[in-house]
Amino acid sequence: MTAPAGGEPSAMGVSAMDSSGGFAGRFRRWLRLHPSLFAMPALLIVSLAITVAIHPTFSDFDLQSLAMGALPLAFAAAAQTAVVISGGIDLSIGSMMAVANVLAASTMENANIGESLALAVVVLLAGAAMGALNGLIVVFSRVPDVVATLALGFIWGGVALLIMEKPGGGAPPEFLNLGAGTLFTTWLPNAVILLVVAVSVIWIPVRQSRLGLQLYAIGSDRVAAFRSGVDIERTRFSAYIFSGLLSAVGGLGLTMTTGIGAPLAGVYYTLSGLAAVVVGGVSLAGGRGGMVGPVMAAFVLTLIPTDLIFLNIDPNFGQVIQGTLIVAIVMIGGFVEMARSRR
Amino acid sequence: MSEPVLLLEATDVAKRFDSVIALKAASLRVCPGEVHGLMGSNGAGKSTLVKIITGVLRADGGRILVKGVARTFGSPAEARAAGIVSVYQDPALVPDLTVGQNMRLARVSLKDVRRRLEELGVTSLDFSSLVRDLPYPTLRLIDLARALASEPAVLLLDEITASLPADLSEQIYLMVRRWRERGNAVIFISHRMAEVSALCDRATVLRDGVTVGVTERAHGSEERIVALMLGAETARAVASATSAPATKAKPRDQEPALEVRGLRHSPLLNDVSFKLYPGEVLGVAALEGQGQEELFDCIAGSRRTDEGAILARGQELRLRHPADAIRAGVVLVPANRLLALLQQRSVRENIALPAFGAIRNWGPIGMRAERARVESATARLQIDTRAGSELSRLSGGNQQKVVIARWLASGFNTLLCFDPTRGIDIGTKRQIYALVRKLAAAGSAVLLFTSELPEIALACDRAIVLFGGRVVAEMPVAEADEATLLRAAHGLAPQLQAVS
Repeated sequence: MTAPAGGEPSAMGVSAMDSSGGFAGRFRRWLRLHPSLFAMPALLIVSLAITVAIHPTFSDFDLQSLAMGALPLAFAAAAQTAVVISGGIDLSIGSMMAVANVLAASTMENANIGESLALAVVVLLAGAAMGALNGLIVVFSRVPDVVATLALGFIWGGVALLIMEKPGGGAPPEFLNLGAGTLFTTWLPNAVILLVVAVSVIWIPVRQSRLGLQLYAIGSDRVAAFRSGVDIERTRFSAYIFSGLLSAVGGLGLTMTTGIGAPLAGVYYTLSGLAAVVVGGVSLAGGRGGMVGPVMAAFVLTLIPTDLIFLNIDPNFGQVIQGTLIVAIVMIGGFVEMARSRR
Repeated sequence: MSEPVLLLEATDVAKRFDSVIALKAASLRVCPGEVHGLMGSNGAGKSTLVKIITGVLRADGGRILVKGVARTFGSPAEARAAGIVSVYQDPALVPDLTVGQNMRLARVSLKDVRRRLEELGVTSLDFSSLVRDLPYPTLRLIDLARALASEPAVLLLDEITASLPADLSEQIYLMVRRWRERGNAVIFISHRMAEVSALCDRATVLRDGVTVGVTERAHGSEERIVALMLGAETARAVASATSAPATKAKPRDQEPALEVRGLRHSPLLNDVSFKLYPGEVLGVAALEGQGQEELFDCIAGSRRTDEGAILARGQELRLRHPADAIRAGVVLVPANRLLALLQQRSVRENIALPAFGAIRNWGPIGMRAERARVESATARLQIDTRAGSELSRLSGGNQQKVVIARWLASGFNTLLCFDPTRGIDIGTKRQIYALVRKLAAAGSAVLLFTSELPEIALACDRAIVLFGGRVVAEMPVAEADEATLLRAAHGLAPQLQAVS
């Protein structure tokens, strides 16, 4: 990892030097730079409002189950975001989550909380190692990232089954509580705290350092980045390490929220995570978007099937609606971008 | 030779890409305190040499000495650390980052860049704007300022003034001279001979990957440079091809091949009207951003017009797609060859692409008919297809010929040429203009925009000048000398004589 640049405070320090057109001007520029920071909270609030409207007895318990349901997906989305921003894709995220999930559940079953936390660190290291292997193969074998990570996804899926043949295992209740309980009030699930803390601790230092700039740079224009002195290979490689690390956190989250290890549970998260990335305003072409959008989109995407169940819609038809909504949300985002550039 | 220690010495550098030899024996010796021109036709190997010197590519042979020490660079970053920095032909700024972030990315200090930009006459740049929101000329200046901020001992400028407005080019000349005064060296690559002879102290000429000569003085040696670039025999052939510009008055009683009436495309195009007759080459002269791009795009069908009519042979066209214009026999040769061609496909496929419709509408493509058309077009244009099948291996000039060849193969009435010689060497340039004249002589109508005003007189029968989205002047080619065009293009009335 590159050390954070010492000389300048941050990217924000740059704009402070300029004579901008007052608060409104600065706000507009901020929106231009981070469009999803405005749109995604709005979308999340709207979907929460709809949920409460069709489900008047929405309680703190419902909020907790929403947060628990969204937690693994949010980490899958975050993991994918790290790679997509750098202009790549990782189709092995779900399988890496499964490995982390069964690794945790099989080793923590008879451990106490202290040992479990130590084991969690081991699982995170394993995740980073899986990501590193992904990165090595994608960057140095010249096999296209889609193919390489798809194949590695099969491998990690197999590894998960080798570790644990069928769902089982467990972890001490104190450990499960990190993702499943509440700490301060029943309206603030631990899952949300864990999510915010984990993503912030991993991503904010990256975003503020030169490495963050380099990730965005190689996703946006690889030639220009190379000519600016960016080491393309090393930067791509590190994107996959972050993907593996965040996948492992997601796997731990899966253990916390389900209480067991399930070797096949993770697979679903690869494509759903990718959907959250797209809905969250990250360009699949790379270089654009942030972490906040996809993480919030994970909550929106978790809410949709819940709402459809409350509306008594046939779950099979619900799938159709969910797909339609994903396309609609991304389309609206596209139209907004088009309208903006036309002005 | 009693030279001081050379800042940069490249000797017998060689490079091949598969079967294509880009450089055979390129040599370049650059002293401190000089502006050194690097000249050569397209495909002569200039860009390859620049890329090898700055660590983008690795050489297969030869050696490079920096201040007397043998070096090989694995990346542009390593070259920069050794004081060698290049401003490449296209901007090397990341579009989705802000200007400030781009500077952090390249580890240069914002303060230095800001100071350099001020020296270049840019005082009010907002460093928090996204690069993709900034206009092209500004990006070139930012690129240059960033290169200067790392205080290079050897600065390479590859076609930096191509398609820059004159006032900005002037700023760049000033900066280049200032850089030389400080004992540094500048390697200057340009196709504009006037620029090179005014700016450069010496010039190295490449031909076919070999250094064929070094002129000890660039000023006054233009003829020698051209002769070296072309090679003796080509020079003679080109001279005879272009010596007789046909300036016969064209019959005006026939129907125009293309007529444009009251064309608008807000905000840049306000009310443009003109007629273009068969067998005529009509030149369009304009400074950067006067609506010429919109005009060509509208006629070619890739932009919708707001108002006005476009007629081809008396028929009003309803253009919703470039295919509509192509069907009406109106075809475009764009400045950016990359936009028109499929880089990864073969020359044959590229030429045949728009002709699919003409040869057979559906079902399998008639391979034999296709091959015959393509071969005749390739032969007529003397396209150098040595580079094999993949288009991206052809030089810029040859790629441009492929664009014209494809339209020859598919047939057309009106050819729209938008700055077809941008970034193309003099030899190929003259060949392209000779070709345009030949097409007109065969009865085609040609609308030609060129960013280099002297070229209007070379190829056109008549010229119109665009300013602020309007046609402000029209003149026969005899009156269309550079000074007249330039005054009109700046929106000055043509009848006023120059005060200076």
